[in-house]
Amino acid sequence: MIEVDNLHKSFGESHVLKGISSKFEKGKTNLIIGQSGSGKTVFLKCLLGLFSPDKGSISYDGKIYSELSASEQRNLRQEMGMVFQGSALFDSMTVQGNVMFPLGMFTKQSKSEMQDRVDFVLKRVNLVDAHNKFPSEISGGMQKRVAIARAIVMNPKYLFCDEPNSGLDPKTAILIDNLIHEITQEYDITTVINTHDMNSVMEIGEKIIFLKNGLKEWEGSNKEIFKTENEAVTDFVYSSELFKKVRQMYIEERN
Amino acid sequence: MKTLILKEIDELVYGSMGIIIFISFFIGGVVSIQTALNITNPLIPRNLIGFATRQSVILEFAPTFTSIIMAGKVGSYITSSIGTMRVTEQIDALEIMGVNSLNYLVFPKIIAMLFYPFVIAIAMYVGIFGGWTAGVFGGFSSSADFVEGLQLDFIPFHVTYSFIKSIVFALIIATIPSFHGYYMKGGALEVGKASTTAFVWTSVVIIIVNYILTQLLLG
Ligand SMILES: Nc1ncnc2c1ncn2[C@@H]1O[C@H](COP(=O)(O)OP(=O)(O)OP(=O)(O)O)[C@@H](O)[C@H]1O
Ligand SMILES: [Mg+2]
Repeated sequence: MIEVDNLHKSFGESHVLKGISSKFEKGKTNLIIGQSGSGKTVFLKCLLGLFSPDKGSISYDGKIYSELSASEQRNLRQEMGMVFQGSALFDSMTVQGNVMFPLGMFTKQSKSEMQDRVDFVLKRVNLVDAHNKFPSEISGGMQKRVAIARAIVMNPKYLFCDEPNSGLDPKTAILIDNLIHEITQEYDITTVINTHDMNSVMEIGEKIIFLKNGLKEWEGSNKEIFKTENEAVTDFVYSSELFKKVRQMYIEERN
Repeated sequence: MKTLILKEIDELVYGSMGIIIFISFFIGGVVSIQTALNITNPLIPRNLIGFATRQSVILEFAPTFTSIIMAGKVGSYITSSIGTMRVTEQIDALEIMGVNSLNYLVFPKIIAMLFYPFVIAIAMYVGIFGGWTAGVFGGFSSSADFVEGLQLDFIPFHVTYSFIKSIVFALIIATIPSFHGYYMKGGALEVGKASTTAFVWTSVVIIIVNYILTQLLLG
């Protein structure tokens, strides 16, 4: 479980996060939603320790990040997996090299053990014939899947995804969402996902945090989000014409 | 780590051999011709051509001139490769895995560049050979005169001085561009700008350090 308490972060004059508190539970997919520029990426990077918060604390299963020594922080980070907004694959390495990288770096496994593990995770993300291709030679959706494979290869306790399905077609996007959801339940991972995709919200939003202007505006599940009276949230949720129509039909049907 | 270092040696050192041999040969040739053309006084011995070529190539052209070229070739490669990793969040990805990214990216380059003096040694040979070729085949000097000039008043410390310079320049070429790449901000456009800035700073530092070292070691 990850607990965030009163998190503040500014860049110079701009106060991006203005005191966010929340809890993310194990084995659940936690979604951070909000408009572009609302601070989702900054929030996630604070959780990852890439940005140090100005105020507030973050604890991982009781361990407060800022109170750990540098080497303890490094050890904790080895338990984290991250899927970046732009995949961030190492472009000098093949798909297989990318996925194997953390294993070679931090485990003492033999070559064949590593190979088995790499084959296993790549199969898990439905990529079987791309082992020797370079990131520039595969499609965006495949890159995302390699990034997920790389993030889970070390069996992380915490998985973070920054817009894992942006820029993908709806079908692939759902595939990726379901994949993350399944992996989360299968391995009992604490997963935090940034998104502005309403499909993801409906499909896998077990817990949702809505950010607005650097504050937590609303919190709840995907069942609750469609019933809420909070104007900012309904504004966001029903910003798409499709959803507006769906809601209209739902209301008409009810009457 | 070992494979990384070997890869960098291949990329940074071995990969620069071609251009350095090319440049050294022709610069050596030009120095030899220029010296020959400037000897108008018949009292000056013809072996001065070999002597002057040796001195300029060993003292300045091989270590300093080559290093400025390397600041452009190797330096911009280092800045742009590390800078691209920064803007595409590959460095963040390393950090999250728990890798010390600065160490991982820069250390192998510094080690690889310790082989740089070998490149300079080759540049010296080729430069002098270029001078001999231009002198002899251009009809400016006889081979015997040129070789006599090469052996005239040879001071071994000059070679040591030159190698000391190369080691220092190697460290400059490995670190300044790495710094500019690692700490850059922005996008693809900024990667280009960072490469240019890195080249300017690397050259400026090489020139100043060259001056200081020459004053300290030979002055
Ligand atoms: N490194 C930084 N330095 C300065 N300001 C930053 C930095 N990173 C983000 N910001 C600012 O913080 C604010 C929130 O940015 P953030 O990237 O978190 O938005 P986001 O919610 O992830 O948006 P998107 O959905 O478009 O990815 C923006 O106004 C941005 O300008
Ligand atoms: Mg973002």
